[in-house]
Amino acid sequence: MLNPIYMETVVKQLPVNAEGYLLDATLWTPEWANEVARSYGITLTDKHFDVLNWLRKKQAEGVALTIRKVGASGIVDIKQFYELFPGGPLKVSSKIAGIPKPVSCI
Amino acid sequence: MNKNLIIIGAGTAGTMMANKLHHELRNEPWHITLIDRDNTHYYQPGFLFIPFGIYKPEDVVRPRTDFIPEGVRFVMDEVQTIDGEQNLVRLQSGDVLTYDMLIIATGVEIAPLETPGLKGELWYKDIFDFYTYDGAVRLAEKLQNWEGGTLVINLAETQIKCPVAPLEFAFLSDAYFTEKGMRDKVKIKYVTPLSGAFTKPKATEMLNKLMDEKHIEVVPDFYLSNVDTQKKAIVSYDGKEVPFDLLITIPVNKGDGVIERSGLGDEDGLNFVPTDKFNLQSKKFKNVFVIGDTTNLPASKAGSVAHFEAEVLTENVLSFIHGRELTATFDGHANCFIETGFGKATLIDFNYTTEPLPGKFPLPVVGPMDLLKPTLTNHMGKLAFRWVYWHMLLTGKHLPVPTHMSMAGKIQDKKIEPVTEHA
Repeated sequence: MLNPIYMETVVKQLPVNAEGYLLDATLWTPEWANEVARSYGITLTDKHFDVLNWLRKKQAEGVALTIRKVGASGIVDIKQFYELFPGGPLKVSSKIAGIPKPVSCI
Repeated sequence: MNKNLIIIGAGTAGTMMANKLHHELRNEPWHITLIDRDNTHYYQPGFLFIPFGIYKPEDVVRPRTDFIPEGVRFVMDEVQTIDGEQNLVRLQSGDVLTYDMLIIATGVEIAPLETPGLKGELWYKDIFDFYTYDGAVRLAEKLQNWEGGTLVINLAETQIKCPVAPLEFAFLSDAYFTEKGMRDKVKIKYVTPLSGAFTKPKATEMLNKLMDEKHIEVVPDFYLSNVDTQKKAIVSYDGKEVPFDLLITIPVNKGDGVIERSGLGDEDGLNFVPTDKFNLQSKKFKNVFVIGDTTNLPASKAGSVAHFEAEVLTENVLSFIHGRELTATFDGHANCFIETGFGKATLIDFNYTTEPLPGKFPLPVVGPMDLLKPTLTNHMGKLAFRWVYWHMLLTGKHLPVPTHMSMAGKIQDKKIEPVTEHA
């Protein structure tokens, strides 16, 4: 379930799916990303945006994203990725980056 | 002038391509060479059944040469490097083969050494894989005498061969220990880097209850860093620990070493080859095509995917040879049985853009298979598939399943409603 802050600040701005992921990646803005991050208690820095922009670029190229790929991106290693986006780093960063949730085939 | 087509890898994908192209090019001046390092072909879907005694080891092994048509040259050697600039393949024996067209079908394998502590003192004592013949056979011996405890099934990575097999292993474990009368002595934990055992909306809705019904605890968002062999626990990158008595690991999967040695792999170092997701051409060399588990496609690494890709690739190879545009496109189609234990299985059918949906397969109303629903018929289908694999699939015979995913029989009762306050 989406928390009340998320409903209040993020959902009102752009259409998202039931889990709060942006429906159309092209509508993404840095301001919207800041709102999503805030709902997770994260204040976005330039380093965060470097990761978000890399994720958005790779997603547009059709790459299947993994935590390991982010760790090999040259921007952050896996430990740093966890520090920037605690919990489930790829799940959280994908949401903030406005790209679909990482999924398996089922 | 005769031309050379080389296929590297005589697994599911490479063997299918050798058979299909041998037939299609029978009146053309093309020589086909198939290369592999040994002459043992494993029926890999059968590995899952070996630990539980459902299949015997000998059920899943045949010589590769049984499925290679006369007229295709089989070279048993290790490929050292592929030189895409010079169009040649260097072999360990010192031989150098030149090609006009190359198909890479080298597959993936488990790479337990990627995770510290995994392949150490506990390997094949308290830690087992079931994605290799040896692992499955050793695990069968272990399970026979195991007295119970915490059984942890852990996926080290998300890009793995047959992503549903770990789930099937969990379900079959529940059935195995129940039938042995010792289910109360075994705690089963399913530890995944993803947000849950199921991640697609319809599959979650239809199948998530299976985990509760079978008393399988799901530990989500766990990305494996290392194994603490002293504590007998798996440890995540954010410091979480899950202790185990018996660990069933699905280690990181990597493509063959030849991809790395040849500089053909993706940037994450896992040796998957960048490939056009629709026409299956290598992104680096126009006369190189890639099929099966070794591609970097955002599709499942599964035999059914290789099968549907083989139909598309056969068409595109013929187009390439004749200088035509590559018009055949792969849609990401996969079709997988999922064993749920006690003689039942469910079935999923999906592609790049359509998630697994409920309904009937392959025909609307009559099925006979049910999608996203555990049934006896699906289980019979899965068991019958071994015969189909040896006798029809590998040798390139036509199977009554469409190459492109069909919506016929699928039920989309409602679209996933977006949460939005916009009109």
